Amino acid sequence: MDLDDTDRALLRALAQDASVSAGALARRFGLSQPTAWRRVRRLEEAGILAGRRLDLDPAALGFGVTVFLGVKLAARGRVSLEDFERAITAIPEVQAVHHVLGRYDYRLRVVARDLSDFERVLRRRIMTLPAVGEIEANVLLSEERRPGPLG
Amino acid sequence: MQIDDQDRRLLRQFQADPSQSAAELAERTGLTRAAAWRRLERLRETGVIRGVRGVIDWRALGYDVEVSLRLTLDKSQSNAFDTVIAAARDIPEVIEIQTFLGRVDLRLSVIARDMPHYQDLYRSRILTLPHIAEIEALMQVATIRQTDTLPL
Repeated sequence: MDLDDTDRALLRALAQDASVSAGALARRFGLSQPTAWRRVRRLEEAGILAGRRLDLDPAALGFGVTVFLGVKLAARGRVSLEDFERAITAIPEVQAVHHVLGRYDYRLRVVARDLSDFERVLRRRIMTLPAVGEIEANVLLSEERRPGPLG
Repeated sequence: MQIDDQDRRLLRQFQADPSQSAAELAERTGLTRAAAWRRLERLRETGVIRGVRGVIDWRALGYDVEVSLRLTLDKSQSNAFDTVIAAARDIPEVIEIQTFLGRVDLRLSVIARDMPHYQDLYRSRILTLPHIAEIEALMQVATIRQTDTLPL
């Protein structure tokens, strides 16, 4: 699907705030309300606007620590990627799992109440998985999501 | 701000489907509409709820390549972090910037249309970033899970 400038502007606005009404979008970009609504629908149907996420302040809810883990699977024996993926996604503290190519096999994002809570998740739930070999942990200090290449 | 079990229940439901209205959330959590609305309003005002964001699928827009670049900085320069972050913000294809405590100082998520496009970005925009001591790339093969859901 080819986007025009209005589509890109709508996407940028919705990425910032997806709770705005079609009416508000229409006024802001000088469109009629049905046109704004139709364009948003089209972006959704094309899978470009893939969904909505609730942006919460983790610290205010008692989640003070986010850690990114690089996981290298154990070389010994035969390791089932499916089994590892099933087990790792069943851990509620694991927010993201990416299969990657490079120094590690998987990149994980883990949220925890504090460092000792993180240690509990790491030791009891992650390091006990048979497929796990080497792990590297980096504690998140700050994070910024950028609008991306939308003109 | 004090968060009680009702707030947590409300947020659990809300984060599972952020397109729900206050009325739907009220029904799911057994609160009255007025009570649900009041609680959501308070969570917004105090910044616990920062907003509802649209999720863009860059693949659907033709960006087939995503690379996680792990950077180690030359920290002998006291302003190294600020300078690199400012320069990374100028690259439109950088969709995430994170700083860390650990072996990695900084991580950039970079998207590209294809490998030639990535190679071009890497050479002209990434390798030219200031204060870089080491770069390591992890190429994204598949996303198994991607959520911001907190285990409330």
